[in-house]
Amino acid sequence: MKYALLFCSPVGGEEQSPAEHAADPRFAAYFEEVRAGRVTGGARLRPSADATTVRVRGDEVLLSDGPFAETKEYLAGIAFIDVADLDEAIALAARHPAAADGGSVEVRPVWE
Amino acid sequence: MPDVEEAVAAAFREEWGQVVATLIRVTGDWDLAEECAQDAFAQALDRWRRDGVPRRPGAWLTTTARNRALDVLRREAVGAAKLREAAVLARDEGPYDPEYDGDDSGVQDDRLRLIFTCCHPALPIEARVALTLRTLAGLATPEIARAFLVPEATMAQRLVRAKKKIRNAGIPYRVPPAHLLPERTTGVLGVLYLLFNEGYAATSGADLVRTDLCAEAIRLARLLARLMPDEPEALGLLALLLLHDARRHTRVDAAGDLVTLEDQDRGAWDRTEIDEGAELLETALRRGSPGPYQIQAAIAACHTTAATAEDTDWADIAALYGELARFVPSAVVRLNRAVAVGMSESPDAGLALVAELEAEGDLDGYHLLPATRADLLRRSGRTNEAAAAYERALQLVENDAERRFLQKRLAECRSA
Repeated sequence: MKYALLFCSPVGGEEQSPAEHAADPRFAAYFEEVRAGRVTGGARLRPSADATTVRVRGDEVLLSDGPFAETKEYLAGIAFIDVADLDEAIALAARHPAAADGGSVEVRPVWE
Repeated sequence: MPDVEEAVAAAFREEWGQVVATLIRVTGDWDLAEECAQDAFAQALDRWRRDGVPRRPGAWLTTTARNRALDVLRREAVGAAKLREAAVLARDEGPYDPEYDGDDSGVQDDRLRLIFTCCHPALPIEARVALTLRTLAGLATPEIARAFLVPEATMAQRLVRAKKKIRNAGIPYRVPPAHLLPERTTGVLGVLYLLFNEGYAATSGADLVRTDLCAEAIRLARLLARLMPDEPEALGLLALLLLHDARRHTRVDAAGDLVTLEDQDRGAWDRTEIDEGAELLETALRRGSPGPYQIQAAIAACHTTAATAEDTDWADIAALYGELARFVPSAVVRLNRAVAVGMSESPDAGLALVAELEAEGDLDGYHLLPATRADLLRRSGRTNEAAAAYERALQLVENDAERRFLQKRLAECRSA
């Protein structure tokens, strides 16, 4: 089954550059799992402070700074995985450092 | 022929879960499984009347339900997937074989798969309870709705959503692999315990239908203990439920008022349940792998095996609560230990522990905290202070029977 893992981090948490991120042993351990061939795609996202939110109301394009809602967590990354079932998806999500660092990982089945 | 009706009713109690569980495994479709199981029981009434009750009713029902599923799938087969399912069913049409291999856990009963799936932690807890009652125990949706005091439509919706999530989120239909088994087993035991407590907490006439939940919980715990003979906590849970249930009818008097443990009519306790519970507990403890349910059963056994309230071994109970707190570090467990210490050592020793809990604040708003303080003060003869604590408890209590009990105690303290 295909799932999206949505990695959410607490707002104001420390931001790692891609280089720092790659050097972090916790992520390195996670990427070991990634290499098992179950992750089919994904991306790390820059923090929500760099976000622009777009809404169209009538003919007007409305822009606002930041994410669409004030939250304690922001979407920090996304991964697509292909595994046997929810238990495997949960196991993968639970090993991601974001799940432990005051953040969370949302596991969402993909419409197929 | 009332005999046939009885046979079908008995088969329903014994076999419903097995039929549904097997049908879910072979069709992968929960609704179809329930429909076909229902249909098989309806057919049994007619056919058993005509041909006699089969030697193995469960096998007959499963085969009949499976044939029905095959018919439905053949009729509906539109895509390749459905046709494949139908082909699998056709292959399966041989004599009923309860042994099904193909699970790495080595456990082979479909009902165990069903219960682990119903109790999957990705489902909301109310859905786990409802789904277990519907698919495994065979309760009808309106019955479950009545037992949980929610409108029928709400309960129906809850069941539909749960089944949808199982399908869409890919919740596996299997007994969890070894590395997940302990954690998931705890979850299953928790659902059954909650189910029992829903029924056990019911005290008034209007709540009577809810007491059926106790019987269902015991039936399911019995099934689980049979299906997981190597799991001492499953035995521990069954023992605990039996030991609680033995006292159920004496907890409330004819007027619906609460009767405390020390005032209950011990002669009216159910000896059969007590004996069975105590024996199960011993079997479980011999495994040398204690857990929270075994310890709680041991505490319940301390109460049920004491000939009189005065004979209760409170020091033992206090020690068991201390042990329980190691597994379940909860303030409620510590409050119970405070009661036991208050009874075994002195009210003041118990009050000191209550004071610790009050200072920590985890139980703020919980009526049993001031009620415990009140009871210990009453036992040490400080009736004025006790009255004040009872008043506080009365501000927080929600259950009517408990409120009447606290009011009675308050009145006693004021007139003392």
